[in-house]
Amino acid sequence: MTPFHLKIVTPDGLIFDGQAEELIVRTTGGDVAILARHMDYVAPLGMGRAIVVSGGTRRNAACIGGMLSVSGGEVTLVPTTFEWSDKIDVERAEAAYQRADKVLHDENASQMDLKLAEAKLHRALVRKSVASYK
Amino acid sequence: MAGVSTKEIKNRIRSMESTKQITKAMEMVAASKLRRAQAQIAASRPYFEILRSTIEDITRSNRDFSSPYLKKREGNKVLYIVIAGDRGLAGGYNSNVLKTVYSQIEGKEATVLPIGKKAVDSFKSKGIPVLTDSYAEAAGVGIGDCFSIAKQVSRAFLDGQYDEVYVAYTNFVSMLSQSPDFMKLLPLEKPEVKENEPPCRCDTLYEHPAEEVFAAIVPEYLGGVLYGALCESRASEQAARRSAMDSATQNADEMIADLSLKFNRARQAAITQEITEIVAGS
Repeated sequence: MTPFHLKIVTPDGLIFDGQAEELIVRTTGGDVAILARHMDYVAPLGMGRAIVVSGGTRRNAACIGGMLSVSGGEVTLVPTTFEWSDKIDVERAEAAYQRADKVLHDENASQMDLKLAEAKLHRALVRKSVASYK
Repeated sequence: MAGVSTKEIKNRIRSMESTKQITKAMEMVAASKLRRAQAQIAASRPYFEILRSTIEDITRSNRDFSSPYLKKREGNKVLYIVIAGDRGLAGGYNSNVLKTVYSQIEGKEATVLPIGKKAVDSFKSKGIPVLTDSYAEAAGVGIGDCFSIAKQVSRAFLDGQYDEVYVAYTNFVSMLSQSPDFMKLLPLEKPEVKENEPPCRCDTLYEHPAEEVFAAIVPEYLGGVLYGALCESRASEQAARRSAMDSATQNADEMIADLSLKFNRARQAAITQEITEIVAGS
């Protein structure tokens, strides 16, 4: 397949900069796959699994927040967090899951706390599920 | 008299030396933390540049573009996010940024969101309304906190709780100079469309209408800007502390040299006096 230039940048630094054949990410509207020679495109990202196919190997990652932009054939992914599946701290995700679950079952929790816990639960679930793909 | 004074001087030299050791150690710690803070700034910079350029692209490619984030409102309700340090002994780092905030606040209906213990304490003692004091530890505020602050702030802005949002931080100009600065977060400035600019390519496909993409990206962008300001401030704090401690060490050195001279003089005076006494007695 024709490769294209993919750059993945997070606030923690450059995660990936090189040629890739395919990129699948979850936007707020659902999963999209980007191939070479895609038209100019901008989409906000949701939370979910991202797949990068580069040099024939598929790599999974947890990709949360931020946006995807394609401009002049250059693909730039700017997520808030992006963790390769083998770098995910499963124990931490599990602990976050338990904590959030507890808040969600707490009847006295405020609306704000519930919202935060819900988002945390979602992130923990994404991390846990992505970590299972190696 | 001479005997007592040599002992006193000796004590002072000793205490000065231990102070010097402490300031020297603090300087080294600040220098190594500064290196880390600078690396953090460098690592996070590309991210914001991409976000910023995308936001600019969206606003520029849509002439009739409107978003509540861009709308200027006549009002006096201002929110200041103030980033200071947790500890003193950093030269004018804390007081400089707080001073500039106080001079700006006057005559406005201001609320502050302090980050860092020094900022929290200062605003509380002056009785200025504080939005939340849950970020009392600047060192513990991470990127996630920045995003949640940004989300909270942008929601409050859209609800009309604030008409303007600023962030006050310390700009890291160089190792030796750091200047307190303000940045307007909201409303966003509309990028100027230059006359002779080539008409931009308006063929970008936006998932959802561009307005929605914009609304989703803005809080993200603000969180990023906030994190950038925080990184700058942290680097500035360490640089300020490093130079303050450097000059403290130098001062200690000077004082030790001065005291050693005095000590030697006093010792010599004591010996001379003793000899005179012996000579006079014989």
